[in-house]
Amino acid sequence: MSANSEVYDLNVNGQKRQVRDAWVGESLLYVLRERLGLPGSKGACEQGECGSCTVIMDGQAVCSCLVMAATAIDSKITTVEGLTQDDSLTAVQDAFITEGGVQCGFCTPGLIVAIEHLLDNNPDPSQLEVKEAISGNICRCTGYGRIFEAVNTAVTTRRATNL
Amino acid sequence: MSNATKTSIHRDVLGASALRPDGAAKVSGKFEFSSDLHAEHMLWGATLRSPHPFARIISIDLSAAYKIDGVEAIITAQDVPGKKTYGLISSDQPVFASEIVRYVGEPVAAVAADHPETCRRALAAIKVNYEVLTPITDAELAMLPSTTQIHPDGNLFRHQRIITGDQNLQGEIIVEATYEMGMQDQAFLGLEAALAIPDSGGAGVEMFVATQWLHEDQKQIAACLDLPLEKIRITLGGVGGAFGAREDISLQVHCALLALRTSRPIKMQYGREESFYGHVHRHPAKIWIRHHATRTGVIQRIESRMVFDGGAYASTSAAVLINGVTHIQGPYKCLNATVDGYAVRTNNPPCGAMRGFGVVQACYAHESQMDKLAVACGLSPVEIRLINAMVTGDKLITGQVVESVAPVERCIRETDAIEMPAPLARNANALEIVGGSGLTSLPHNIVRGVGWGVSIKNLMYSESFDDFATARCQLQNGVVNLKFATVEVGQGFVVLAPQIARSVLGVDEVIIDPVDTRIGSAGSTSASRQTWMSGGAVDGACRLVRQRLFEHVGTKHNIDPLRLVIEDTDVVDMLGDFRISVIEASTGVFIDETFEHHHRPTEELDENGQGNCHVAFAFVAHRAVVDVDVELGLVKVIQIATAQDVGRVLNPIAALGQIEGGIAQGLGLAVMEEIVLDNGKMRNPSFTDYLLPTALDAPQVIAVMIEEPEPQAPLGAKGIGEPPCISVTPAIAAAIRNATGRDLPRVPIRPQDICL
Repeated sequence: MSANSEVYDLNVNGQKRQVRDAWVGESLLYVLRERLGLPGSKGACEQGECGSCTVIMDGQAVCSCLVMAATAIDSKITTVEGLTQDDSLTAVQDAFITEGGVQCGFCTPGLIVAIEHLLDNNPDPSQLEVKEAISGNICRCTGYGRIFEAVNTAVTTRRATNL
Repeated sequence: MSNATKTSIHRDVLGASALRPDGAAKVSGKFEFSSDLHAEHMLWGATLRSPHPFARIISIDLSAAYKIDGVEAIITAQDVPGKKTYGLISSDQPVFASEIVRYVGEPVAAVAADHPETCRRALAAIKVNYEVLTPITDAELAMLPSTTQIHPDGNLFRHQRIITGDQNLQGEIIVEATYEMGMQDQAFLGLEAALAIPDSGGAGVEMFVATQWLHEDQKQIAACLDLPLEKIRITLGGVGGAFGAREDISLQVHCALLALRTSRPIKMQYGREESFYGHVHRHPAKIWIRHHATRTGVIQRIESRMVFDGGAYASTSAAVLINGVTHIQGPYKCLNATVDGYAVRTNNPPCGAMRGFGVVQACYAHESQMDKLAVACGLSPVEIRLINAMVTGDKLITGQVVESVAPVERCIRETDAIEMPAPLARNANALEIVGGSGLTSLPHNIVRGVGWGVSIKNLMYSESFDDFATARCQLQNGVVNLKFATVEVGQGFVVLAPQIARSVLGVDEVIIDPVDTRIGSAGSTSASRQTWMSGGAVDGACRLVRQRLFEHVGTKHNIDPLRLVIEDTDVVDMLGDFRISVIEASTGVFIDETFEHHHRPTEELDENGQGNCHVAFAFVAHRAVVDVDVELGLVKVIQIATAQDVGRVLNPIAALGQIEGGIAQGLGLAVMEEIVLDNGKMRNPSFTDYLLPTALDAPQVIAVMIEEPEPQAPLGAKGIGEPPCISVTPAIAAAIRNATGRDLPRVPIRPQDICL
């Protein structure tokens, strides 16, 4: 694809990352996964319907499959890999494990990012606010029950930690 | 590239809500799904598919595609060195179509190139000249002798009758109807993906595949490649859900062929649209059924004619059909039956395994009938089901005696005892109201309904198939290594297996070795079978190791090994004071045992459908509460109450997750999920148009687990994966009927079915 290749920088997880040999039409999801070595964001529908590829872009939760990577050069992007700086887990991640919110795990990174984004903006959401916030993230395994429990647990943990 | 996992948790034995060892990797994005795999110098593979449901291939011109920079190989039917076809039961599906295409999406060619986009361009540049034929998309039409035979094997995959008892009995009460079910998609999130790395010299291939059954894939790939089995080595690639759709071959053979052709690693992964074309679906079915009963509601005889549309290729249609016909009586006593079942080939997309496997279709029909029968007899839905509830020792219409624990009455009564949800509040938030945030529903149009569904489901494979499972256990210095080819699709065998080892051996640290074909088969992760089968294999291997450990300790400390037991994490003399930790007892020794678990043999059905064809059964009841906007035809499922016969709970949180997840899939089938077909073409192969339940569609689920340990099961536990999704669909349909007074003989129930 050398004839169309481009070089540009993206700001991902607090780091400047150079994208080389890219075809200009590549989605942010493709560039994160295939060019920047960040496969945590998942592709499952390519249409912004399932939320598996959710990342935070300039403070908004977006489907990275719908963002053309080259248009994100001025944006601050956080992926699931950027939620913690080391091997530690956030309260949301931990609660997903302890409450059984993970089965196959394919939807999980996108859901975690969406819920982190929700709780950062609304630390004590109602049950309906939780449902609405993650209604763009499809989970085929759990039926969502354990995920709701995980959010409840994470809210409590975060509240206790912030006191 | 292995997904080897390590656990070390405080006494997470059987019965504890032990946590998934792959949990941390999955929540942090580090878990390697098959779509995340990479290899140095790899190429991408892609598949060219037929746009026609039925057509003759006149010519294929690859010349323009070969001229595109970056295209390394293009293969068609003539490049398949071995068997040209594959299939789970009957090998009738071409690796690539050569003369005829029989469904929209059938593979015709595959390319390997340097970038997915190059692949797409190459596919677009391949010129296939088709002579379009008139597709046969109606199963009834396909069955007629005068209809064109779609395939040399004919249009009938299987016909099975069940004839038992009095064939002329007429009940005082007779109810009959015809029910239909649409085509459901498994819609797992982790799309089909595989990586194939060729051995140098083309002598074999190393594969990483998201599948349900490693050894079956190995067998089919080896046959098509004309290589010995051992030259196809498969390691499980991380699986993002399966639900039946990964039991058949999809991209495996194509990927391996491209790797051998190019001598470079090949990665193939489907997009969502291609996934809809690339795997089998749940069979659409049409079921006519007539119940004969006494005036008091006792079922005396069932007559039924069941037609399953299997689509273009056989897959598991013959087995799905058997499940349908043998479960048509439901979890109810019945002595007389006249049943005819047909699985038929059409030019629709191929159908095969999906969670529930033929029982979903039967259950929708028999449960709809139970409500009709209740009305005809002046009984409630609960009363009619209790009157007829099956018990252990009852004879099925196949002549098989139900030896399994059969707590049908308890399932119904315990479900009935679950508290009903509060009425819709006057000031309810818009999101709690049917129609949701669009504020489309007016309160006076919303009607609440309640409905019931109860089911029986066979566990494991049937009809004389020996679907054994293999496991190896090694103990050294207090650490256990387990090895098996049991596929983890999300169900939680990776958490269960270490629980078993901890319970049997008193260890804490259990390592699961890579899941691959370097050990005997574990069979498929399907048919609610792995807890029983692979659980039984792990349990058996651990018990053999324990026996050897006791012999070692006995010899060393001069104690009869028969006096030794495991207590917590110690080896203890039951009759004396001797006590030593398992860690100390196993220090410096290496014990290695392998065990194969086989369930009891089953039989094939005879021409009258008689025979002990199933291994065991599980039961479940569902009660659904729905709100229906009768003007707009919208439905919101408010609550599902359920009591499930699980045998024994081995991991409460994992069991609940299976129940809630299955209910969501059954809800989808009831009110939203359908592959819409138009003359063989899918109209909605995307997540924009194929609707799946979201968090806002999730009802309150209240689940009771009925624990009556199953004597046949190695761990006392029945499979729990399929039952949750079976009777919830008819329960929701019944609740909508209850709210609307409509017949609703077809699922999914669409708005126009309710309000027009």
